[in-house]
Amino acid sequence: MTTQHPPVQNATGTMPPGADPAGDPLAAEPVVAGRSPARIAWNRIRRDKVTLVAFVVTVLFIVIALLAPVLTALTGWGPITPDGRAINPDTGNFPRGSLGGISAHHLLGVEPGTGYDLFARVVHGLRTSLLVGFASAVLSTVVGVVAGLAAGYSGGWVDSVLSRVMDVMLAFPQLLFIIALTPVIQNALQTNSHGGTDENLRLLVLVLNIAVFAWAYTARLVRGQVLSLREREFVDAARIMSAGRGHILFRQLLPNLWAPILISFALAVPQNITTEAALSYLGVGVVPPNPDWGSLLSDASQYFLQDPMYLFIPGVLLLVLVLALNLLGDGVRDALDPRAART
Amino acid sequence: MKAADEQEHAVSTTQPLPGQQSAPAGQPPAGENLLEVSGLRKHFPIRHGIVFQRQIGAVHAVDGVDFTVGAGRTLGLVGESGCGKSTTGRLVTRLLEPTAGTVVFDGEDITHTPVTRMKEARRNLQMIFQDPYSSLNPRHTVGTIVETPMRLGGINPPQGHKRRAQELLETVGLNPEHYNRYPNEFSGGQRQRIGIARALALRPKLIVADEPVSALDVSIQAQIVNLLQDLQREFGIAFVFIAHDLAVVRHFCERVAVMYLGKIVEIADRQTLYTRPRHPYTHALLSAVPEADPDGIRRRERIRLAGDVPSPVDPPSGCRFRTRCWKARERCVTEEPPLVRLGGSPAGHLTACHFPEEPTIEAREEDIVLDPAVTGREETAAGTA
Repeated sequence: MTTQHPPVQNATGTMPPGADPAGDPLAAEPVVAGRSPARIAWNRIRRDKVTLVAFVVTVLFIVIALLAPVLTALTGWGPITPDGRAINPDTGNFPRGSLGGISAHHLLGVEPGTGYDLFARVVHGLRTSLLVGFASAVLSTVVGVVAGLAAGYSGGWVDSVLSRVMDVMLAFPQLLFIIALTPVIQNALQTNSHGGTDENLRLLVLVLNIAVFAWAYTARLVRGQVLSLREREFVDAARIMSAGRGHILFRQLLPNLWAPILISFALAVPQNITTEAALSYLGVGVVPPNPDWGSLLSDASQYFLQDPMYLFIPGVLLLVLVLALNLLGDGVRDALDPRAART
Repeated sequence: MKAADEQEHAVSTTQPLPGQQSAPAGQPPAGENLLEVSGLRKHFPIRHGIVFQRQIGAVHAVDGVDFTVGAGRTLGLVGESGCGKSTTGRLVTRLLEPTAGTVVFDGEDITHTPVTRMKEARRNLQMIFQDPYSSLNPRHTVGTIVETPMRLGGINPPQGHKRRAQELLETVGLNPEHYNRYPNEFSGGQRQRIGIARALALRPKLIVADEPVSALDVSIQAQIVNLLQDLQREFGIAFVFIAHDLAVVRHFCERVAVMYLGKIVEIADRQTLYTRPRHPYTHALLSAVPEADPDGIRRRERIRLAGDVPSPVDPPSGCRFRTRCWKARERCVTEEPPLVRLGGSPAGHLTACHFPEEPTIEAREEDIVLDPAVTGREETAAGTA
C-alpha cells in the first residue's frame, strides 16, 4: 500500500558532494533528503483537524482510565461504595436532587437503587472498556497477521485451510455464539481454579471471545496484501540469498504491511469496545457490581423514564469514545495512504 | 496490431554498439564449464476446478534447453517475450523447480537441491532483476539491502558489514554516504546499481542478469551495461545475460543463444550470429532491428513475419517455428530439427533447422514479407505510384 514514495518536492535540494561519480544524468537533479513514511503521515495528521481532535479525545480518555483510582480517591467515592444519603428510599431509592443527583459530591450523580457514585463507575468502566478493546485488538491483530502471512505466502493447502477457517469465522453469528458459550467457558475455567467470581477471569474470557472472531478480518486483509507482495522481485532476491521463510515473512514482507495492520488495529479497537458493551449489556460480559459501560447501560434502561441522566451519561460517553477512535482510525488510514494528495 | 506486437520485441532503441573483438582481459582460464545446463524443461501445469483440481494441460515454457557457460564467460539469451528466456534464468538460479533436465553449477548438480540447503552454490550464483522498482524492498535502507546477502550467508568481512557495503556502493558508482537512504530516493538507474551491488556482495562466480536494462531509460541503459562489463572484466564474473534488445546483447555477450517458444534455435559466437546467422528466425529477428541508415547505403535483407507466436500450451509439432517460416515444408511438421553444427558453419555455431538460410544478412533479391497488412499497404502504394 505505502510502498512507493516518490521524492518529496519541497526539499532543500542540496547535492551531496561526489554523488554518483559515474555520472548518472538523473542524479544531476538535486538529491532530496527524503522524509520517512511515518514522518509524512504525522505531518498529515497534524494538519487534519478532525483527526487531531479525535486523537486528543482518545488520549484524554486513556489518561482518565489510567488515573481512575486517583480520580475516585480525590472525590472520595469508589465505584462500589454506596452512598445511602444520596438516594431517597421514599421514592423507591431514586437519587435525591435533580439530574440524577448531580452535585458537588457526585459529579455525575448516583446510581438509582444502589447509590453508587456514577462518576466513579464511569471512569472505572472506561478502564474495563479500553482494556478489553485494546487487549482483544492486540491479540486478534497478532493472530491475524501471523495467519495472514502464513496463508498468503505459503499458498497451497495451508492457504486453502486457513482461508476456509477465516470464511467460517466471518460467517459465524458471533454474538449468539458468545452468549451461548461464555457461561460454559466460565464454568469450565472456574471448576479448574477454585470457584468464586473472578473478575480477571471474566475479562480474559471476554477478550478471548472477541479476539477469536476478530482475527479473521486482519488475516484476510494481510493475506491479500501478501499475495501481491510476494510476487515482487525483492522476495525472489531474498530467496536467491537462501533466505529462510522466517526471514522473508518477517524481515521482507512484514515491514511493507505496517500501514494496513495499523489501520485494521485502529478500527478494531472501537469495534471491540462496542462488542464488549453489547455483551455486558446482554449479561455475558462484565457482571455487576463491577463497573462497566455496557452493564451500566443495561441497568440504566430499567430506570430510563424516571432517571434519564443515568442512561444519558454512559451512552453519550460511549458514543464519543467510539466516534473518536473511529475518526482516528480513518485519519490514520488517510495519512498512510500514498495515493492521497501529498500535502 | 498483431504485426506491430510481434516485431516490437526485437526492436532496439539504442544504436548498434561496436562489437568487442578480443576476449576480455583478466578473466580466469575458460577451460572448464562453470554452468552446464542440459535438457532443461519447465512445464507450468494449467489446473481446472476449485476444490478438486485436475490438470488440463501445461504451458511448455522451457522445453529442452542445453547450454554451457565457461568461467568468466558471457552468454546472451535473446528472443521474443514469452519465449522462455526469463524462465530459463529462474531455473538456473533455482527460483523455479525444473520439470526435467539438469543444472550443474561449479561441478555440483543443483537441479533439485532445496534452495535453503545450497548456501555454498548460492554464494557463487547471484541474480540481477529486471525491475529496479520491485527488486528492492521499499522499507529497507540501501545499506540493509546490500548487507543482507552477507548476513544471510553468514559472511563477516574483515572490515565489517557496513564498511563492505559502502565499498560495494562505491564499486557500482554510488555515493557510499547514501548508505542510510531508502530506495525511493533514487532514480531507476541508481536503483539498478543498488541491485548490482547486492548481487556483487558475495563475490559470485556467475550472475544471471534478467533483462537488467529493459526497464531503464535509453540514456541510462548504456551506463548500466558498461558498468556490468567493467565489473565482469575486473572480477572475472560469468554472466547469463537475458535480454530482448539485440544491440545490448551484441555489446555485452561473447556467445548468444536465440530462443523461440521454449527452445534454443541457434547459438553461436557474437560475430557469427550477428553477421552469419543460419536460422530463418534469427534472420527475421536481426532484420527487425532498426538501423540508422538514412541514405539506404547499407543493403540489409528485409523480413516481415506474420501472425503470433503459437501458444506454448500446445506448441507446433516438429519445428516450432514452422507456422511462421517461409521455408517450411512437410519435413518440418513431422521431424524436429536437432540443434547441430551445419555444414558451412564454424565450430560452436549450432542451428536447429532443416532448411537453413545462407550465412549472410545482405539484402535478398526479394524481400520476404509475410505480413498481409504490410503487403496490402505496399500494393496500394505501388498502385498509386
